[in-house]
Amino acid sequence: MIKFCMRIFSLIALSTSVLFFLVSNSFAGSPTKVGFVYLTTPGDHGWTYAHELGKQMVEKRFGKDVKVSVVENVPEGPDATRVIRELAKQGNEIIFTTSFGYMEPTLKVAKEFPNVKFEHITGYKRSKNVATGNIRFYEGRYIQGVVAGLMTKSNKIGYIGAYPIAEVIMGINAFAQGMKSVNKNASISVIWANTWYDPVKEADAAKVHIAEGADILAQHTDSPAMLQIAEKKGAMGFGQSTDMSAFAPKAQLFASINNWGPYYIKKIEELRNGKWNTGDGPNHWPGNVWGGLKSDMLVISKFQNMPADVAQKAQKALDGIRNGKINIFAGPLIDNTGKEIIPAGKALDDGALWGMNYYLKGVNGKVPG
Amino acid sequence: MITFVPREKVSKNWILIAPILSIVFTIFFGLLIFTFLGYNPIETLYQIFVSPFSRIDRISDILVKACPLIIIGTGLMLCFKSNVWNIGAEGQFIMGALLAGFIALSFPNIESKFFLLITLVTGFIGGALWAFIPAILKIKLNVNEILVSLMLVYVAMLFIDFIVRGPLRDPMSFGFPLSKPYPEGALINKIPFPGIGFLGQLHYGILFVVLLIPIAWIFVNKTLGGFKINVLGSAPQAAKFAGFSQNSITLTVLLLSGGLAGVAGVIEVSANIGQLQPEVSFGYGFTAIIVAFLGRLNPLGILFAGIIIATVKLGADNAQMTMGIPKVVTGLFEGILLFFLLTGETLQKYKIQWSERK
Repeated sequence: MIKFCMRIFSLIALSTSVLFFLVSNSFAGSPTKVGFVYLTTPGDHGWTYAHELGKQMVEKRFGKDVKVSVVENVPEGPDATRVIRELAKQGNEIIFTTSFGYMEPTLKVAKEFPNVKFEHITGYKRSKNVATGNIRFYEGRYIQGVVAGLMTKSNKIGYIGAYPIAEVIMGINAFAQGMKSVNKNASISVIWANTWYDPVKEADAAKVHIAEGADILAQHTDSPAMLQIAEKKGAMGFGQSTDMSAFAPKAQLFASINNWGPYYIKKIEELRNGKWNTGDGPNHWPGNVWGGLKSDMLVISKFQNMPADVAQKAQKALDGIRNGKINIFAGPLIDNTGKEIIPAGKALDDGALWGMNYYLKGVNGKVPG
Repeated sequence: MITFVPREKVSKNWILIAPILSIVFTIFFGLLIFTFLGYNPIETLYQIFVSPFSRIDRISDILVKACPLIIIGTGLMLCFKSNVWNIGAEGQFIMGALLAGFIALSFPNIESKFFLLITLVTGFIGGALWAFIPAILKIKLNVNEILVSLMLVYVAMLFIDFIVRGPLRDPMSFGFPLSKPYPEGALINKIPFPGIGFLGQLHYGILFVVLLIPIAWIFVNKTLGGFKINVLGSAPQAAKFAGFSQNSITLTVLLLSGGLAGVAGVIEVSANIGQLQPEVSFGYGFTAIIVAFLGRLNPLGILFAGIIIATVKLGADNAQMTMGIPKVVTGLFEGILLFFLLTGETLQKYKIQWSERK
């Protein structure tokens, strides 16, 4: 009998505590549930790690007001669709899908969950509840060009590109613009790695560049392999996505760092205030968030391994882009076959950047395909 | 030196006990690892093994994920049974999907679902053609089919990459490597169940599995072709004396397994992606090798093995979403599971013998 009473009692206690928990929770304003989909495991460098740092900023900023779920290592196909759908089903209110290949999966799931907000990183398709976000990576590459132009002795710059798509090509061209602003004699050679991340291929490409006489290397791929080769062979270069000086303390001049945190925080804040929207940006590519140095979505790490006057000029370029005094793609622009792209007094707009399929003067060779 | 000696008689009891013991060991080590890493071990095991069955749409997800694994695995079964080592199903999958995709994109306005028959057959041909290369090299020049089939995987990967960046790229894709979307006639739809609606993402492609498994079972167990394959695999000398042509069997199993991998590719792309992209396979062709062996080279076994592998994969994702367990940890657990299952199976057929090194 006593046992029975005890049981009843504990049952009541349990249910009241559960009830209390539920009630108190709903009164306290339940946390905003935020989902992230990562292409790889974050590791300690590169693209996904930059997103992981952004996620950590979100957690730090909102504390108990958000509950973050992360799924890493999600291939860009049917698995992505399933994972994104599952995140939506589990009640996440805003989901960040952090790779280009998630574009169609994100749109597909967004149609099924009209009340969930989606933020797709680097895509170009939007819908009522899918916004897009991207970084003006090319701004950092202009500064890289300035530093490379001042630092090179052989006047040969080796550039490793992932794929010949507009995003990478505009980076190469911005680099060329920066380089030409300080050094008219240097030129850039490009090797296509045909991968975003493959340390072996990236290292091979770096070796080829150095063997051909390049003393400054730049990359639009993700691993620190290029810098490690540079460190070994006495060349120098720039880090990608995250600060890579730990991998190449003597070779890294600086790194362009992807800083997703402020964008995440802004969008989550908008959602919590009921002001989330997909923006009313122009119809061409950049989407509603395409931030660069000005909005701190792109950050430049410490200038190192360079003389003070070079660092000074790099800082000047950085300030110039920030305050709008430097327009990287202002005319006159001439491509490397001598054709005029745009006359003096005009500048390329964002849409034109996403149509780039040519190299500007200062780059050797031609765009494949 | 450790040598494995075949047991003269495989105990009937151990056929049952071995997998159970394997699971017990797996769970034990799983509990150990998860506890050690600070995760609630019971909840983790629940997420991995049970949560994929906790909702009807999740069960559908398992079937969708298992579908290509089972189709490829069934084809590979024929190869492995006859000691032909086709390691390149991944490439055959890609080439099947690519050839069918080429046909699909050539008829942008087609709506009739009969068109699917054409794309499926095209996919079979694409996969079979890719498997024909190692087959003919093996037959004519006695080139090792493991190397050729494996290396052709990378050729296929680079080839589809080239195709979607070049010839078949959607001009509206801002330079990004995607083809145009498939026409309606080349898409495999979700199955509407009367009165219930869709069961998650379950699509008509699963019907192919439903047909394939019994056909494969009959072929292997009740036909002369299946008999030849079995004899060639277990007693090549006997096959020779019986006058079975090793070459024609090699050719047949490679074409069939390549073709099935190609069909799996068509189904996967037509049902789940809807366009060509640089990556369409994500390792199905390699995982299916495990599925074939886990299923003991038996169609019904492969059906279950495919479902087990798919379950654990989905469970690992669920564990990540709800508990934040990184994929490397669940991947480790998957490895332990496969290790014990395959060890259990090996030990029930073989004894370990320790001998002095000669």
